[in-house]
Amino acid sequence: MKVSIDADICQGQGRCFSIAPRIFTFDDLGNGVVIADGTLTDQGLELARLAQSNCPEHAIFIEE
Amino acid sequence: MTIKPPVDDFATDWDHTDPQWVADPYPIWDDLRQRCPVAHTERFGGGWFPATHEGVSAVAKDTVNFTSRMPIIVNGRPGEEALPSPIGVTPPISSDPPFHAIARRIMLPPLAPGPVNKMEPQVRALCRRLLDGLGDDAVVNGGLDYAQHIPAAVIQQLLGFPPEDEEVFSEIIHVVMEGVDQEVEERFEAFVPIEEYFVKQIEDHREHPRDDFTSYLLNAEIGGNKLQDEHIFGTMVLTLIAGIDTTWSAIGASLWHLATHPEDLARLVNEPDLMPVAVEEFLRFYAPVSMARLVKHDMEYLGCPMKEYDWILLGFPAANRDPAVFEDADRFIIDRAENRHVAFGLGIHRCAGSNLARMELRVAIEEFIARYPRFELADPLEVTWSKGTVRGPRNLPLRVLA
Ligand code: HEM
Repeated sequence: MKVSIDADICQGQGRCFSIAPRIFTFDDLGNGVVIADGTLTDQGLELARLAQSNCPEHAIFIEE
Repeated sequence: MTIKPPVDDFATDWDHTDPQWVADPYPIWDDLRQRCPVAHTERFGGGWFPATHEGVSAVAKDTVNFTSRMPIIVNGRPGEEALPSPIGVTPPISSDPPFHAIARRIMLPPLAPGPVNKMEPQVRALCRRLLDGLGDDAVVNGGLDYAQHIPAAVIQQLLGFPPEDEEVFSEIIHVVMEGVDQEVEERFEAFVPIEEYFVKQIEDHREHPRDDFTSYLLNAEIGGNKLQDEHIFGTMVLTLIAGIDTTWSAIGASLWHLATHPEDLARLVNEPDLMPVAVEEFLRFYAPVSMARLVKHDMEYLGCPMKEYDWILLGFPAANRDPAVFEDADRFIIDRAENRHVAFGLGIHRCAGSNLARMELRVAIEEFIARYPRFELADPLEVTWSKGTVRGPRNLPLRVLA
């Protein structure tokens, strides 16, 4: 299970890294970035899904 | 100011400055969403208002068919000669691709989460000072004596304008906000002293560089060249226009909600961990900002015969109430878990100040309810709401309860 952010779609709305700060962080422009390679635990999957369902730009993708 | 006839049918004659829309736009939008869903008007020289999330989203993300060169609706139809260059007067909000990305990239780093987090203690201290000033009065003005001053002081400090200029600065803010309702010539006149003040500040920063946004802009480069003076000036003015009454409105509307919903106030007081989720629901439910686009060429779009230079009112607040996207869209749910609201816009113009605005809103509410855990509207009839592009309570007398 892996999560990723499509950098072409992300506009830096800032929702993912406040909802799941262990999975996402931000770059110096404030755009969302996945920490490490985005591999998810079961608990991580739940949080990543929550972040996904709060992203106004639909920029978060999860491979299950 | 011209007196306009009241609106009879918003589907064919919408006007976001009409008293009915200003007082309570939500039933109007619900009705339009079911009937149209894109409303038309001959006012302002002609324009369209998509009332659905789908319509707002399509236009916000489409920079091929729409331009941002005049992002605020004024009276009258702009002709090509009246339009500013593609850079626009206040980059990046008035810029289109490809220049937009360059201007935006310059603005983002000082407003990214890292620098904004560092500002939090100062904002908290500011809120406490304002609350100290309200003292033990039985009725406090949550709008004019609290919400308004937080973003004003933050932007004054961000731009690096001297603290002793507070009065000059609040006069400037006043003029800029009044300007929304004025005819173009009046507005130009009112703007002269503001331009002079900004130019003086820019010069002072050139001579005495310091660690603030103005000095940052003076140092910024595009392709090895410093920014043109008009660009620096435009971006500073934008920061003032975009950063103050927007955030003031968001703070004020949240206080208004808490004053009228004691159960939500009690929950926030008792469950402070709810704050980040509650902030997003405040932003969804009371989204203060609508923006404009201009149609670039004649076309059929969203089923409407759009003409070159028709206005589009981009109603992010209306999109936030669309039941197609939000469950129980018309209910304020303080712990709403899924909340893809678009209060800060969508696509390439996403609010550059969103991290700052969120922090200000959170801290302002945290501090207010820590000081006054119970309050209500002193008199609902005394509350006034701003009209036009930015919607929020202005006069907001609150009665403090024991
Ligand atoms: C709750 C408060 C705020 C709300 C609701 C809000 C809302 C918005 C919206 C909807 C847009 C998109 C405009 C468009 O699509 O044409 C926008 C853009 C912008 N906002 Fe905000 N804003 C807020 C606070 C701030 C603050 C505090 C600042 C600055 C310090 C700021 C600076 C900007 C800038 C620079 C843009 C233009 C970005 C671009 O064009 O790339 N805003 N804002």
